[in-house]
Amino acid sequence: MSTSDVGREGVRGARPDREAMIGQGGHPPDGRGGRRRGRRGEKAMVPDAEFGSYYGKPILNPPVWKAADIAGYFFLGGLAGAGSVLAAGSQLTGRPAAARALKISSLAAISGSTAALIHDLGRPGRFYNMLRVMKPTSPMSMGSWLLAAYGPAAGAAAVLDVTGLFPRLGRAATAGAAVLGPGVAAYTAVLAADTAVPAWHEGYRELPFVFVGSAAVAASGMALAAAPPRETAPMRTAALCGAALELGATKLMERRLGLVAENYREGTGGRLMRAARALTVAGAAGGALLGGQSRTAAVLGGAALLAGSACTRFGVFHAGIRSAEDPKYTVVPQRERIRAREAEPA
Amino acid sequence: MGFFTDTSVCIGCKACEVACKEWNAVPEDGLEFTGMSYDNTQGLGADTWRHVAFIEQDRPVSTRPDDGTVPSADGNGGMRWLMASDVCKHCTHAACLDVCPTGSLFRTEFGTVVVQEDICNGCGYCIPACPYGVIDQRKGDGRAWKCTLCYDRLGVGMEPACAKACPTDSIQYGPLDELRERAAMRVDQLHDMGVEDARLYGHDPEDGVGGDGAFFLLLDEPEVYGLPPDPVVTTRDLPSMWRHAGAAAAALAGGLAAVFAAHGLRDHGLRGGTR
Ligand code: SF4
Ligand code: SF4
Repeated sequence: MSTSDVGREGVRGARPDREAMIGQGGHPPDGRGGRRRGRRGEKAMVPDAEFGSYYGKPILNPPVWKAADIAGYFFLGGLAGAGSVLAAGSQLTGRPAAARALKISSLAAISGSTAALIHDLGRPGRFYNMLRVMKPTSPMSMGSWLLAAYGPAAGAAAVLDVTGLFPRLGRAATAGAAVLGPGVAAYTAVLAADTAVPAWHEGYRELPFVFVGSAAVAASGMALAAAPPRETAPMRTAALCGAALELGATKLMERRLGLVAENYREGTGGRLMRAARALTVAGAAGGALLGGQSRTAAVLGGAALLAGSACTRFGVFHAGIRSAEDPKYTVVPQRERIRAREAEPA
Repeated sequence: MGFFTDTSVCIGCKACEVACKEWNAVPEDGLEFTGMSYDNTQGLGADTWRHVAFIEQDRPVSTRPDDGTVPSADGNGGMRWLMASDVCKHCTHAACLDVCPTGSLFRTEFGTVVVQEDICNGCGYCIPACPYGVIDQRKGDGRAWKCTLCYDRLGVGMEPACAKACPTDSIQYGPLDELRERAAMRVDQLHDMGVEDARLYGHDPEDGVGGDGAFFLLLDEPEVYGLPPDPVVTTRDLPSMWRHAGAAAAALAGGLAAVFAAHGLRDHGLRGGTR
């Protein structure tokens, strides 16, 4: 129904003129990108990044991986891989109980990580597909082959130790798993970094060190929790070294990432990274200082180390997802790259 | 062979989106009201292989509004619509193809990049690897899908369905050299007309992905269209990634060996036990 009325004086009661609502595509009216920082009144350390975007939609398609599967896969792979090295070391230096516990935990962890991978793929048959080809350009292909070699070695090491059968074969399997273990712990960093996800790709230099540090933390935590204190002295040192490596590499990575490092400080990823730091420091300190005297302290410290390592992997995972979902982290660093390139020849 | 998409003549009719869906039997993926201008498909995905973007901007059509060639509203500068049909770029160095662990993605004899759906095992690795956010996982199917550049049509000498359907020839299909030549001419023409914002995107074989098999003429920065300004194929850094991972693995093995060496045998070690 019309509410306007045309009379001698012209139109009365017409709707007021108004400007068409022009959408938020391209450069938003305030010249800023879709999302802003500092929502809760916190002071922004870096000035807001200005960038254009298509209605704030992500540029990348974020990973479809489920956190529990893939971050869990990263964590369990690290626990297994570093555990095999500690198991071999324990065996060689006369620490049989620790060696056995670590071999069992490595077998359990690698089985769990394979299950997580298969769960993410959806059908067991799809894991065999992974072995159709061997592709050095695909970290997932290389990782599947690594897993196919490491898994049986870790399994044989555990089974032969527990049953006491074929001791020579057992030693060979233990050594084999120890040789492949560090690869299993480190390759998952390449798996994540070989994507366009800004928080993962740009950290590709430090991420493997974060991952192996975190793997050492997890495996020594497992040893502290599962082996008698009289055997775990090297594991307590390993926990300290692993924690130092992990925290140091994380710091370095955040410095290199610049704007993208926000994803490791804010949101779910930030919370998990903070929890990881607290748990790892507490576990390493408590486990190292008291784990030799008290079994309770060792178990608690070990549990904290394991939880800390898991938080690191989940933190890295969520930081990556967050960085892929906000176009800012794709556009701004690429713009800076273009600017730097243009400035170069001058 | 490839695509040249000249967005300056796109009228946003979405014939390409529809033709693509029809020809390739791509399932429906939700009819939502997005509030994003006239865009109801939002972006490329498993079930949207061509996507028409609608950008409403508070800017005049021409950067020279006073020369009489292009009418502009008033002192405010008026507004303009940018419409652009986006598609898989069929990168010369395709990250999706590089990282696929099953070899499901392959390069065709036309230089395009195609997924074989019977081999894809749904690992989802190609999805975050694509620097353009093109390939995606189909819900309930688990496998990855994207534009095939109508591989089946090319095989029998036909042009892709989208190019065939485009009423303004905004989408052109042909040998890349020829398309690049035509594109360069069109940019000059637009510059002469005062449209100084016209630029090509993805045409340069020296860029981070070795040039795109599908390139574009844009009227604004790429990010305004939801395109990355400086995409790089992620596997360019892969050798360095493997080196860093190798160093990290060696550090782990070496570090732990050193720890055990420092502690020595349990029976003889100084700090071997506290009992
Ligand atoms: S645009 Fe993405 S999906 Fe298309 S070929 Fe390049 S990397 Fe692959
Ligand atoms: S989802 Fe399919 S096409 Fe993509 S990388 Fe995995 S196997 Fe290859």
